[in-house]
Amino acid sequence: MAAVTTSAERSLNKLAIVGVLIVTIIFLAPIYWIASTAFKPRNLATTIPPTVVFQPEISPFVKLFTKRSQLRTAPTPEQYAAAPWWERLVFDGGEKVVRSGRGEVQWSGYPSRFMNSLIVAITSTILAVGMGTFTAYGFSRFKIKGEQDLLFFILSTRMLPPVVVAIPMFLMYRVVGLNDTHWGLIILYTAFNLSFSVWLMKGFMDEIPKEYEEAALVDGYTRMEAFFKIVLPEAATGIAATAVFCFITAWNEYAFALIMTNRRAQTAPPFIPSQVGSGLPDWTVIAAGTFLFLLPVAIFTFLLRNHLLRGMSFGAIRK
Amino acid sequence: MTQIELRGVQKFFGAVQVIKDLNLQIDDNEFIVLLGQSGCGKTTTLRAIAGLETIDGGDVLIDGKPVQHLKAADRDIAMVFQSFSLYPHMSVYENIAFPLRAMRKSRAEIDGEVRSVAKVLQITDLLGKKPSALSGGDMQRVAIGRALVRRPKAMLMDEPIGALDAKLREEMRAEIKRLHIKQGSTTIYVTHDQIEAMSLADRIVIMHEGVLQQVGSPSEVYTHPANLFVAQFVGSPVMNVANAAVTMNGSGARVTVDGAAEGFVFPAELVGQLDAANVGQDRLALGIRPEGVMVSREPADGYLPVEAHIIEPLGSYDIVDLKVGTQMLRARTRSGFVGKPGVQVFARLDPAQAHFFDTASGNSLGVRL
Repeated sequence: MAAVTTSAERSLNKLAIVGVLIVTIIFLAPIYWIASTAFKPRNLATTIPPTVVFQPEISPFVKLFTKRSQLRTAPTPEQYAAAPWWERLVFDGGEKVVRSGRGEVQWSGYPSRFMNSLIVAITSTILAVGMGTFTAYGFSRFKIKGEQDLLFFILSTRMLPPVVVAIPMFLMYRVVGLNDTHWGLIILYTAFNLSFSVWLMKGFMDEIPKEYEEAALVDGYTRMEAFFKIVLPEAATGIAATAVFCFITAWNEYAFALIMTNRRAQTAPPFIPSQVGSGLPDWTVIAAGTFLFLLPVAIFTFLLRNHLLRGMSFGAIRK
Repeated sequence: MTQIELRGVQKFFGAVQVIKDLNLQIDDNEFIVLLGQSGCGKTTTLRAIAGLETIDGGDVLIDGKPVQHLKAADRDIAMVFQSFSLYPHMSVYENIAFPLRAMRKSRAEIDGEVRSVAKVLQITDLLGKKPSALSGGDMQRVAIGRALVRRPKAMLMDEPIGALDAKLREEMRAEIKRLHIKQGSTTIYVTHDQIEAMSLADRIVIMHEGVLQQVGSPSEVYTHPANLFVAQFVGSPVMNVANAAVTMNGSGARVTVDGAAEGFVFPAELVGQLDAANVGQDRLALGIRPEGVMVSREPADGYLPVEAHIIEPLGSYDIVDLKVGTQMLRARTRSGFVGKPGVQVFARLDPAQAHFFDTASGNSLGVRL
């Protein structure tokens, strides 16, 4: 129905749009900064005032993926000519690519750290959301003795900054041999996220009318079948939202990754600031590492955006 | 052939007993309506039969076999919920096919059965739609289709049309009745709407606070209510109930409503029947439906002068409040029969439609005149 909008309402709408724009700019500015720095030549990265217009280049990404050392003497013209194009970019920056005895290019630590981040974040997200969904369903549908106390206990694990327990965790992990292992981080992140996942999923489960499952039970299905065929599809929105939050938490975690891992299982967050640049910190390489690191979360969130935005209105239950 | 029997069923929610020693025998193909106010235990009873609620005592028997320990899925009973509970992520077709898939039927069989049910319910053109795109009435047809499709032993309906608006409710009521006559399956239907109950039921089961009050055909519970609760719950407008005294006066009995100067004329047998019931005068209540109160504009034999108090015109008839002593008796008259409030008219009670109750127990004294 076409409602009549007054001029006051229209200007209020405009004001709201301006407000949204301002907030969006505030949130996007750092991301723009990282993204633009990732494509800047090194000498433009730290200029004051910041350089806005520049010829983008991909040397930061070449440097990000290769192991480099300082050049003591400039490369000879023959060396320079013989080098592939991407290696020349490194020469231009006053560094050279480290090669093995047999001349193979040595990769930097970044790709494996990135893989570690993926493995740890994805696995811990699946575990946290999966366990959280089952637990939330149980709390939502069955009478459980001491339900409120149990839920409070689950939440209480988030009542102190996790880093408070870093030292005891570190000592425990050393004893049981979980230091610097993927499983070590996966267990940690799953434990962090589980309380959050249970609480969030419980909210979503409570929203799903019991009658759906009861209809399925009467229709000849077991409770387990009803859970998988009816409850899970209905909870998809909640699961997606919870998964995005769990993934972001695990993906971005810094402190424990720094303490608990050093090589084999180290994730990208502690690696990016510590490793890139062989002499003075090369901010373009750090920015390139950060830029790539932002992409998975952005893609994951983008893919699930419909689930995140879709309300919980179902329309098939008359209230 | 499906018979359902409840034997001494008990159910507690915490300390509250919601079903108290319920015994009920339901015959094959019977349309039973559980009628009562909200919280009377009727829905809990239905859910106990479906297997969605455990019971704390007694037996639920289907075809003579106790099923109270069976899961809902193993009882072969279908249920239509007040909320319809159509699975929102499935199309209408998938919703109706869902119970058949649980039976692991072949694709062709499922398709055939879904389409034949859809045809009966005239929802064939809706099969591809999602439930959220349906109107209330269509949602309800789909819900009934989903219940019917696997030809269950019995159909349970929990206020299936309670969520619809009044006009649609009337339409769907007729449709449910037509469907029952056509398909003929044992049906238990829960409602708080006594008109729905009267129009649909073969037998009505009236419950109050977890206790079964009366079981009988619609006309039985209407004309011979077993107690005050049933008398006042069934029928609209509500039955008049007033404390009354019965005296002998010459050849006939007189029933005097509290505070009235004169008594209404009744046949002499009344006194004998009341004596047999052995209830003291102080515990006696008279019940009479508005159509049992005869109104005349002219004085006539056996009619007492009364004052018309409020007139409610309801279109096809009027309900007139008559002041008798300190009590009000509601009478049903032709529309416009009593001109305006405050006029004097004359009233008589139809002895054949009068009921007498023991106010202490609430039970009917079984007086038939």
